Amino acid sequence: MKTMDERPVQVGSARSGRFKKHHAEDLAGRSYTFICVALLIVIIISIVFFVASKGLSTFFRDGVSVSDFLFGSTWDPEGNQGDPVYGVLPFIFGSFATSLLAALIASPLSICASLFMTEIVPGWGKKLLQPVIELLAGIPSVVYGFVGLTVLVPFLRNVFPGQGIGIAAGSLVLSVMILPTITSVATDALSSLPRGLKESSFALGATRWQTISRVILPTVLPSILTGIVLGMARAFGEALAVQMVIGNAPHIPRSLFESASTLTSVITLDMGNTVMGSAHNDALWSMALALMFMTFIFVLLVRLLERRNRI
Amino acid sequence: MKAKLTDKIATFFIVFFALLIVAVLVGLIGFILVRGLGYINWSFLTSPPQTIRAGGGIGPQLFNSLFLLVLTLIITIPLGLGAGIYMAEYAKPGKFTSAIRLVVEVLSSFPSIVIGLFGMLLIVNLLGFGFSLFSGAVVLTIFNLPLMVRITEQAFRSVPKEQKEAGLALGLSKWKIITSVLFPVALPSIVTGTVLASGRVFGEAAALLYTAGMSTPRLDFTDWNPMSPTSPINPFRPAETLAVHIWKINSEGLAPDAAQIAAGASAVLVILVLAFNLFARWIGGVLYKALTASKRMG
Repeated sequence: MKTMDERPVQVGSARSGRFKKHHAEDLAGRSYTFICVALLIVIIISIVFFVASKGLSTFFRDGVSVSDFLFGSTWDPEGNQGDPVYGVLPFIFGSFATSLLAALIASPLSICASLFMTEIVPGWGKKLLQPVIELLAGIPSVVYGFVGLTVLVPFLRNVFPGQGIGIAAGSLVLSVMILPTITSVATDALSSLPRGLKESSFALGATRWQTISRVILPTVLPSILTGIVLGMARAFGEALAVQMVIGNAPHIPRSLFESASTLTSVITLDMGNTVMGSAHNDALWSMALALMFMTFIFVLLVRLLERRNRI
Repeated sequence: MKAKLTDKIATFFIVFFALLIVAVLVGLIGFILVRGLGYINWSFLTSPPQTIRAGGGIGPQLFNSLFLLVLTLIITIPLGLGAGIYMAEYAKPGKFTSAIRLVVEVLSSFPSIVIGLFGMLLIVNLLGFGFSLFSGAVVLTIFNLPLMVRITEQAFRSVPKEQKEAGLALGLSKWKIITSVLFPVALPSIVTGTVLASGRVFGEAAALLYTAGMSTPRLDFTDWNPMSPTSPINPFRPAETLAVHIWKINSEGLAPDAAQIAAGASAVLVILVLAFNLFARWIGGVLYKALTASKRMG
């Protein structure tokens, strides 16, 4: 550490030197952190640019029409029955079906979990469930897929008609994976509620369930919906766990227990087996573009819900 | 009395579902450990995998996972800290800042497979790094960066305002305040967050399939020259991680004991993730004690 009296002479110049160092240091720090932020922007722009440039070539270079691509229900990229056909409706259907069902299964469970932690037994309830939720969030998706494949699929095969693989297995696996997302958002919302709200309801003689169902849940509904959308976004983009249990047949299944596919599962499986630049490969990139587009929609939904929440 | 009965029934269901979640976790972890632990021994953890014969291990995969995590953290930490500090200390409320927030939000919600494909296109093919640990580390950095930025920003924001004001009153530059006043206080939560994020990186597979690759060359663990193609520490060799290996043997495993290997590898992965969780909690507390004057976690 330098002290002032080390340099008795030339106080003025010493001072201006310190002043300059002070500014140079700050400038360096500010520039460094700004470069890091700028890099984030560069990354996102290049992801969007590269995925879009590959994904759009299906429509511009390979001459597949957008409506045939999105709404065609036949996927025959190698042209086994005549001309190659690139209809991805079955995969879009699979992605939406699994993520919606997963949200449908996970939401009530998550809401109960967060009510348990904040309203029923705030003390040990939180101590018990918080680590449970964190661990569920930490288990890798391939492990979920592995357990789904070795436990869930045989179970479904024995109980229901069909081979066990399919949308039911996929959405059950996904529902466990998105439980932590919805629960933590809902818990945050519930624990930040003003105390007066609940107390006035109790003062009116309402039971706990009346308070929860008519005061608390309506108040935190936008936050809970935010959590559900975030969970769905995660389910929609999850690749390997779903791919392992869904069966990977390229058509719209007639039941929940019949082999199906999602956008992510097809990309995962076919990307390694196709040649870069071929029409089949481009179609996979177009699916990645669709995934990216859905991400934007999910983020937009979250934003809209948050705005509503603020009022 | 109807309201009271409804209340009782509702409470019962809430408790039931909450305990169901606990049961699911206990069942999951119990199943993985019971299935896998019996298969884990020293030779399983160290020997290379076999393609068609029984008795293969996960040695190279385990090493690859850990090495890839180290490489990822080397790239992620400086970038994440920088961007997080900018968001917490330098960013002024306005259009630009909210645009960056949107970027971070979108980046964190991109499916990992999309980030993997981007990495394959740009780093593996266009820049010519091929399927390599380096490509994998870059992709995992992109995957991890938004979380890292958020962790850093929150850690810096939660430092009491008085500490910063005291620094300003001493005439320190803003950067000096950030590095010597705020950073030590923020460090425990940054480290905890980073370790937790590492657990997530450790289990990631979808982004790595087409960047770090699905195979590992025959590694020579006596060769420590980073440029040699069979050296374990060469960052430009292909590397199949543990998570990718689990996926691969489940979907195309030919070895007769593929199911046991998958179980053993899953158990190793889950144990490591649990270890990351416990370590994160422990190290946060230790650092907090070492770096601040407080006795307990606040």
